[in-house]
Amino acid sequence: MGPSSLAAEIPGSDMIAYLARRLVSLALSLAAASVAIFAVIEVIPGDPAAFMLGLNASPETVAALRAELGLEGGPVDRYLAWAGGMLTGDFGVSYTYRTPVADLVADRLAVSGPLALLALALAAGLALPVGLLAAARRGRAADVAVMGATQIGISVPNFWFAMLLVLVFAVNWQVLPAGGFPGWQAGAGPALAALILPAVALALPQAAILARVLRSALIETLGQDYIRTARAKGLSRGQALRRHAFRNALIPVLTILGMQFSFLLAGAIIIENVFYLPGLGRLVFQAITQRDLVVVESVVMLLVAAVILVTFLVDLAYAAVDPRLRHRA
Amino acid sequence: MTLLRLRDLDVAIGGTPILAGVGFDLAEGAVMGLVGESGSGKSMTALALMGLLPEGATVTGRADFAGRDLLALSETALCGLRGREIGMIFQEPMTALNPLQTIGDQVAETLIVHGAARRAEARGVAAERLARVGLPQDRFPLSLYPHELSGGQRQRVCIAMAVALRPKLLIADEPTTALDVTTQAQILDLLTGLVAEERMAMLLITHDLAVVSGTADHVAVMQAGRIVEAGATEAVFRTRAHDYTRRLFAASAHRPDRRPPPPGGEAPPLLEVRGAVREYRLPRPGPFAPHPALRAVDGVSFALGPGESLGLVGESGCGKSTLTRAILGLDALQGGEIRLAGVPVGPGMDPALRARVQVVFQDPYGSFDPRWRVERLVAEPFHLTGRPDDWRDRVGAALREVGLAPGDGAKFIHEFSGGQRQRIAIARALIIRPDLIVLDEAVSALDVRVRAQILDLLAALQDSHGLAYLFISHDLSVVRAVTDRVLVMQAGRIVEDGAAEAVLTAPRHAYTQQLVAATPKIPEDWM
Repeated sequence: MGPSSLAAEIPGSDMIAYLARRLVSLALSLAAASVAIFAVIEVIPGDPAAFMLGLNASPETVAALRAELGLEGGPVDRYLAWAGGMLTGDFGVSYTYRTPVADLVADRLAVSGPLALLALALAAGLALPVGLLAAARRGRAADVAVMGATQIGISVPNFWFAMLLVLVFAVNWQVLPAGGFPGWQAGAGPALAALILPAVALALPQAAILARVLRSALIETLGQDYIRTARAKGLSRGQALRRHAFRNALIPVLTILGMQFSFLLAGAIIIENVFYLPGLGRLVFQAITQRDLVVVESVVMLLVAAVILVTFLVDLAYAAVDPRLRHRA
Repeated sequence: MTLLRLRDLDVAIGGTPILAGVGFDLAEGAVMGLVGESGSGKSMTALALMGLLPEGATVTGRADFAGRDLLALSETALCGLRGREIGMIFQEPMTALNPLQTIGDQVAETLIVHGAARRAEARGVAAERLARVGLPQDRFPLSLYPHELSGGQRQRVCIAMAVALRPKLLIADEPTTALDVTTQAQILDLLTGLVAEERMAMLLITHDLAVVSGTADHVAVMQAGRIVEAGATEAVFRTRAHDYTRRLFAASAHRPDRRPPPPGGEAPPLLEVRGAVREYRLPRPGPFAPHPALRAVDGVSFALGPGESLGLVGESGCGKSTLTRAILGLDALQGGEIRLAGVPVGPGMDPALRARVQVVFQDPYGSFDPRWRVERLVAEPFHLTGRPDDWRDRVGAALREVGLAPGDGAKFIHEFSGGQRQRIAIARALIIRPDLIVLDEAVSALDVRVRAQILDLLAALQDSHGLAYLFISHDLSVVRAVTDRVLVMQAGRIVEDGAAEAVLTAPRHAYTQQLVAATPKIPEDWM
């Protein structure tokens, strides 16, 4: 009789090994994604320069653009140059804006990043207490109310919420701006004020989804044997919910949170349009309509990297929550 | 002095009566057994005392415990009582602990939640209590998580949690049913030791008459929500005044009528296992270290003749299930070979060969697709041989053979009880006329009376169809009742092999001796 050999290892070594495995898989995913993106955009559809210039371009302008974009040479050399440039922060120069893509993306991230984080914090801050309440009062009035409200939150499109918010807070009460972004150089106050309504509009549907996921995860967890054990120890229903069920229900919630952050970063394009915010979503949209492949390629790579990074962080969060996961590959 | 005086306990859930007029007395420091089959209301009685009945339950009656009526207390008062004055442990130790909390925190929580100690102090008490239940700090630090412990060790943690505040009453609901016999013996020893040492009373709920006979001073027999007989254990078990008690005893000692085993020797073996080796890859100990291997089946050899009943016994983790999977041709071996009627079996085997061996599993609830009708479930093995045109007639005949009506084929599996489902599983195995049926703990989840009926059915089918059985079980008495020969497996090896009666009455190998000694028995002179 003795604890399994895993426990005999040095404390913390599990976590370090887990981290090492995850980091290797992170690097491999990034490399694979970059190859796929490069292949789709630069190799498969023929000549990017001709595509970007449209049908009426003269052969001379196409040749000039080819030289400017560095399209001479084999695909392997070009991929290495592109990937190497990205690693050193050189994303190339936008064809339409005539500025380095890195500067362009940095400007837009300064809006989209805080917006996504704010929306996510709002969604989580709203969903956690609401989901806990609904699970604790399962089948009673509070639960029915929460389920009804979240159903509305999921089914109503967020741009409609956005317009409603503008009407109330910007037009009627005039406490918050209706749109536009003054930039961070105008001070944190006005910049944040410009982000509040879009963040709320983005957060409400996400909060509704998150609250429902948390509620159903909690209800499933409350049926587990260890909750009965906790009650037999003398914990009240509420104590068992907070001390034992909540952490066990966090895994599905973390999964959804990770997916939502990735979505909010680039998927906010409709809200960015409603509030006229210079965000990443609008940048990609414009780049696609203007056939600015240099920008499209870089931003897509950036978003893929963000998704992979968030997935990595979610994996770390799983392991922090659940000791059993630290031993798995 | 009487610690608990229960009178006229009635419980109904959603209007359906569950318990009717249940009552008993439990003296301080005494052990009382509550026995009966599943659904008789044993656990409901315990949950009613704890105030932990499912929602929608209505309770009437009176339960005087240390001067208070448990059934009339408020939820707040009950929270103060549970874990402090009444501790409880449950059947399934694998899921009874919170997987995300260390065992130290979970034991300490009993003290913290009752305000009996601050955190640091509570951990000290937790360490001391864990040591008392057999988990000393040098080998089982407080920082361990439940998944790092075996089932028996986890049950010890549950016991430490339940007795952390030295309650006056411990309710143990089937505490050893999910454990192996040797672990069961250790846990029962631990419980009786704690009861004697701390002057604690214990209400021991079990379906196992032998466990009660060795542990409890008093016993109450429950049937269909009522106590039909109660008294001193020896008197109740010797006289068996109530008909139900008599039937329970008869069923637990039941041995089906079996024809003598076929004369061995001439016929070539039906199943031949020669030097079988099966290994599993374990997780790497370090990021770049090679995978270590676990040898679950380690050079096993035996032969099974046509029409023979062979028992395979051993505790969980000994390799029984791995060997079963290899015999069924589900997994490839890493060494040795398995032949069925002279032809090697393995993952790529011919369907016609696969049709010659069928299997019945333990869990009558998990081994059927709930969305299929019974006729489709029973006819499923036909995919091996091609479905004959008269398949519905054959399904009807198979259902009749296992004691069901041919019309049952149109029903869904949820309409059947556990025993009936096991009959359907047997019909499914029979339908393509196999030579060998592997019975993997096939009666372990059944109540004694249903188990006796299924054993009779298996004996009759063996007689009429000339079937061979490989009967895998941890229950020595059942193996003894239905097999000719028995193999004892330990740590991937067969350690003893011989006639069932001889091996189980006069075991030669130390491990078999240990198994036989650990198996609870009703004293011979009570029978």
